[in-house]
Amino acid sequence: MLAYTVKRLFTLIPTLLAASILVFLFVHLIPGDPAAILLGDTATPEEIAQLSAEMGFDRPLWIQYFLWLGNVLQGDLGISIFFREPVLAVIGSGAETSILLASMTMFWIILIGLPIGVLSATKHGTWVDQITSSGAMLAASMPTFWLGLYLIMIFSVTLGWFPSSGFPSLSDDGGITNLRYLILPSLTLAAPNAALIVRLVRASMLDVAREDHVRTARAKGLHPARVTIKHVFRNALIAVAAAFGFTFAALISEAVVTETVFSLPGIGRLVVQSILRRDYPVIQGVILVIVVLYMIINLLVDLAYARLDPRVSLK
Amino acid sequence: MALLEVENLEIAVSTQRNLLPVVQGVSFTVDENETLGIVGESGCGKSLTSLAIMGLLGTSPVRITGGSIHFDGMNLLALSERERRAIMGNRMAMIFQEPMTSLNPVYRIGDQIVENLRQHQNLSHAAARDRSVELLSLVRIPDPSERIDSFPHQMSGGQRQRVMIAMALSCDPKLLIADEPTTALDVTVQKEVLDLMADLQSRMGTAIVLISHDLGVIAETCDKVAVMYRGKIAEAASTADLFAELLHPYTRGLLNSIPVVDRDVEWLEAIPGRVPTLEETLTGCAFQPRCELATELCACEAPQTTQFKPGHSVQCHFAGQDRS
Ligand SMILES: Nc1ncnc2c1ncn2[C@@H]1O[C@H](COP(=O)(O)OP(=O)(O)OP(=O)(O)O)[C@@H](O)[C@H]1O
Ligand SMILES: [Mg+2]
Repeated sequence: MLAYTVKRLFTLIPTLLAASILVFLFVHLIPGDPAAILLGDTATPEEIAQLSAEMGFDRPLWIQYFLWLGNVLQGDLGISIFFREPVLAVIGSGAETSILLASMTMFWIILIGLPIGVLSATKHGTWVDQITSSGAMLAASMPTFWLGLYLIMIFSVTLGWFPSSGFPSLSDDGGITNLRYLILPSLTLAAPNAALIVRLVRASMLDVAREDHVRTARAKGLHPARVTIKHVFRNALIAVAAAFGFTFAALISEAVVTETVFSLPGIGRLVVQSILRRDYPVIQGVILVIVVLYMIINLLVDLAYARLDPRVSLK
Repeated sequence: MALLEVENLEIAVSTQRNLLPVVQGVSFTVDENETLGIVGESGCGKSLTSLAIMGLLGTSPVRITGGSIHFDGMNLLALSERERRAIMGNRMAMIFQEPMTSLNPVYRIGDQIVENLRQHQNLSHAAARDRSVELLSLVRIPDPSERIDSFPHQMSGGQRQRVMIAMALSCDPKLLIADEPTTALDVTVQKEVLDLMADLQSRMGTAIVLISHDLGVIAETCDKVAVMYRGKIAEAASTADLFAELLHPYTRGLLNSIPVVDRDVEWLEAIPGRVPTLEETLTGCAFQPRCELATELCACEAPQTTQFKPGHSVQCHFAGQDRS
């Protein structure tokens, strides 16, 4: 397993380099002087000249790239035009919200998606399956912003159970109870993805149930519930784990929408606002963070996959 | 009373419109220490019969519609699901045709044997593991204490079938059902696995139902034979009696079709024609369209089972006759 992990880490390097080149070129593809773009409209000619010299904008592109990469590796992602603060600090300020939102979303996806998927598969063909399958279909096809607004209308406006927007930090007044601000957003974000997992678990369990080894398990005289969990569900998880990586990709763009709908001070809303403010250093920084995160998640998914399927790591 | 008594077993596949009979009026008995061979072409109901005995028809669209199965004095079809499960993998065990896919790929083989043992016997994990090593050496897996931690994909087909046998024998079953246990293996391995089963039987006194579509395999390993054709038993006798006098033209066809040297020969071609499908309703004898002895009688009237000689039954209007 360790050797496999190390091997996978090495295969990340070329991908990361390619991604970094794309992110770097982003600023240079926008027409105009990159130093002027990075500093924004209010910059004085002196400031522009100073940054140009610092970043080597008068030197060949590939040298600029390595200068930039060197800075990035030291954690220097530039200065936000809007906040006049280092980009890393700006992103960091949205990190708490986004990480908590992502964790709660994953929690719902697993807590809702897996059991309902198992239920739907074990009861397949019955009315229970009909209801869960159509429910999953509905949830999967609902646009995130619409579901978010709907939940706000019901649970915040009408019932008044949960706050409709914002998120004070856990270190503010209220402490851990501030998590209630994230319940509706995380449910909004979880719904379509949990629905995806329901459908995936159901389909892959029905596939596995037809396999010969399940007949062997039944021939041992095992209780049907044990056959379902230990033999069918366990093997179906292999296909489900493989899909988790894709779920994450969808999650990122849906998180942007959700954070905007619920006015959460997270990285997703930061992206939207930075685009509106033409805060290119921040956009660049966030994209870089997302790319790295995406690769780490996919590595974790692959490792989970190798753990779930003994045939993988040896190939 | 014999260990296993199957009487007038009827099995049908339920479709949207109706029930199609697949197995009709099948009867046989198996005693302790005895091997019954069931032979017949593909699709004639051998597997369904064995799954019905084992209790594995489960959720499939296939149902037992008549007859009885008695095992060890119990009427199996009258037992609750729970009572049935207490027998499966315990006093009655089964091995399957597909060794490559019959083991769960995500668990070590040892754990899969341990699971079977602990389901029926009150053993600690360590004791069950020790017993599994013994079982693996019993089925002649080299280095059993190491191989017990292998995953199925790390073993060959023959080894996997041995593991299946070890698992099936783990609780000392009185009856072992082997549904084409060697069909998927190559010839030399086939022989090893069959020898192993015969050897274990002589040591443990297990009754065996061996299903095959190879009459050669049956002749070598079985005490008695039931020849199945499209859901019915065409001919049944002790192996010696059967080969002394082949009464049913279908049995003769099967025997002629045993390939001698070249295993690649498609042996089914030796009997012209094909098995009628389930959807085709038949008035006369099911073998009649392919039979060289067929007359008008065969086309309109299905033959009843007759005792041609004591212990040798046959379903044919012209049993034992030649074309002449
Ligand atoms: N689950 C099922 N649904 C519908 N038809 C089935 C089902 N299982 C088996 N059958 C049909 O029942 C008939 C008998 O099948 P069975 O598997 O018992 O044949 P077999 O004698 O074991 O053949 P083989 O040598 O190919 O294993 C076949 O025609 C098959 O198509
Ligand atoms: Mg079969």
